[in-house]
Amino acid sequence: MASVEIRDVRKAFGATEVIHGVNIEIEDGAFVVLVGPSGCGKSTLLRMIAGLENITAGEIKIGDRVVNDVPPKERDIAMVFQNYALYPHMTVAANMAFSLKLRRAARAEVEARVKRAAEILGLVPYLDRYPRQLSGGQRQRVAMGRAIVRDPQVFLFDEPLSNLDAKLRVAMRTEIKELHQRLETTTVYVTHDQIEAMTMADTIVVMHDGIVEQIGTPLELYDRPDNLFVAGFIGSPAMNLVKGRIKANGKAAFTGPNGVQLPLASAPSHSEGRPVIYGIRPEHFTIADDGAEAEIVVVEPTGSETQVFAKLGGEEVVAVFRERHQFNPGDKIRLKPDPRLVHLFDEATGKRLNA
Amino acid sequence: MVDATIPTRRAVLAAESSAWDRLKSNRHWLGYWFMLPALLILFLFLAYPLGLGIWLSFTDAKIGRAGEFIGLENYEWLQGDSIFWTSIFNTLLYTIVASFIKFGAGLYLALLLNQHLPFKALIRSAILIPFIVPTVLSAIAFWWIYDTQFSIISWSLKKLGLIAINIDFLGDPNNARASTIFANIWRGVPFVAITLLAGLQTVSPSLYEAATLDGATRWQMFRHITYPLLTPIIAVVMTFSVLFTFTDFQLIWAMTRGGPVNATHLMATLSYQRAIIAGQLGEGAAIATAMIPFLLTAIMISWFGLQRRKWQQGENND
Repeated sequence: MASVEIRDVRKAFGATEVIHGVNIEIEDGAFVVLVGPSGCGKSTLLRMIAGLENITAGEIKIGDRVVNDVPPKERDIAMVFQNYALYPHMTVAANMAFSLKLRRAARAEVEARVKRAAEILGLVPYLDRYPRQLSGGQRQRVAMGRAIVRDPQVFLFDEPLSNLDAKLRVAMRTEIKELHQRLETTTVYVTHDQIEAMTMADTIVVMHDGIVEQIGTPLELYDRPDNLFVAGFIGSPAMNLVKGRIKANGKAAFTGPNGVQLPLASAPSHSEGRPVIYGIRPEHFTIADDGAEAEIVVVEPTGSETQVFAKLGGEEVVAVFRERHQFNPGDKIRLKPDPRLVHLFDEATGKRLNA
Repeated sequence: MVDATIPTRRAVLAAESSAWDRLKSNRHWLGYWFMLPALLILFLFLAYPLGLGIWLSFTDAKIGRAGEFIGLENYEWLQGDSIFWTSIFNTLLYTIVASFIKFGAGLYLALLLNQHLPFKALIRSAILIPFIVPTVLSAIAFWWIYDTQFSIISWSLKKLGLIAINIDFLGDPNNARASTIFANIWRGVPFVAITLLAGLQTVSPSLYEAATLDGATRWQMFRHITYPLLTPIIAVVMTFSVLFTFTDFQLIWAMTRGGPVNATHLMATLSYQRAIIAGQLGEGAAIATAMIPFLLTAIMISWFGLQRRKWQQGENND
């Protein structure tokens, strides 16, 4: 096991730079998820760690060793691909044993390691099958088995669950997490799914357009997004973001579209009249007499909660309640954001303003 | 409603129509009607000539004279014909040597063309040129290249000071064999290369990436990934290549007509010479018929080679 250090790494394909200087430190044994929309450079970064793409500038260290010029097979990493990349002409056992055979490991050792990996992953009955004869989830497990048998310094996962159906994805999510807790191997996991990131990661790295937007634990990102992008990306349903201005004199408040007044616990200094974006998570609304008037658009009960889409000053917001409300479209309710849980962002830079 | 009307309609049809009418409208016969055109073509252009050829080999037919059945006399006669045995030897030599080299060179070219090269598309199309030039034209070109007086090869080697006198490419038996085999290889390699290239492109690049991470060298990747995944297409392409080479006629006929001293006579050219030039239809047909066991053997080998491998079976849901 080893730590991974990514220092000011850049990647350019020809004249186009796709990663613009990324710094990430991954502790030994950590489970780090790189998350971001497609095209943000997260997979490219992972492939650079693996050695499948060369590093245009900067430095990647695995353990104490700078690996920029180390060929992939000497980096002691294992990767699980999105399409699994199982060798179709080899049995499950042969797929898992391939890397060991290439290393000329002793036959007994190969068998023992394959057996152990198969036991961990519940693949023992399938060792003699070919990839085509397996279901999606089983193939996924074989791909992980191939990584486990090598006992590498670092596991790399490149969107490993995106080819599975929703139910299996949730199950495999837990399995991967359990596997990590058991093996404690440093893991870098790439996904575009923020739920996967939130549920699996020790540390999340949010990437966007080739830069790191924020690094933090799942709850840090959720509770204190550094900027508008992270605020909008993490959380489902997404945070409500309303444009308006700060009223700092007297009791701090926020004036939204069409004069809607929303509460603020405190305003940043020298901010009277400043154009900002007011962010509030759907579950931080309450219904109160002193709230702002909103008109119901749609109500979506999910059983455990009720999602209410309403127009607040002409702008649509979503509120989530644990209670089961009976509203009809067109009904008027009074929504009150919890002022302590409000996020303020600068309209021009998108940076977080409040502490 | 529907169920109720069908029996009555059938009954009416049966009562009023003739057997021919029923044949025209019966659903079970419909499939056969659709197959009829293909069946006719196959019969007319494949089964009938094949049957006729085999029948002719049992007769003493000559051009202009319908033959009579003479049993195995043609074959008995051929058994004692040393030229016939030479032609079998030539054909096997020609096929085996040319096919092996075509496979090796074709695979090498395919691997080369599968790399990132500048002007990749242009090179790929250029590779196909020998295949699309009409055989007789390339044979005539080779005839000139191999000409005793004007050969460009002899000329170049002489200018380089490597040889003193012109090489007799097509006049010496062994030279002639090598030269015709080379011409056949030149013509056949593109087919093998392009087909194998198509096969190579079906191999997912992520397999090579996975193998890279697993620590495979380039040779190990070829040995453990490319080659096994390519075997089904190799079986197909080599079957065709062997069949085409074994039955080759045009190249030889345009270049050497089987000479010198029958050194390049293949079974196909000998059959043509005996049947059409010499007019001995029965004997020529017997030579042609003697090719059938060889071709069947080649087909059987590829048939077993083509059996779906175990890893290709099972669900294909990806």
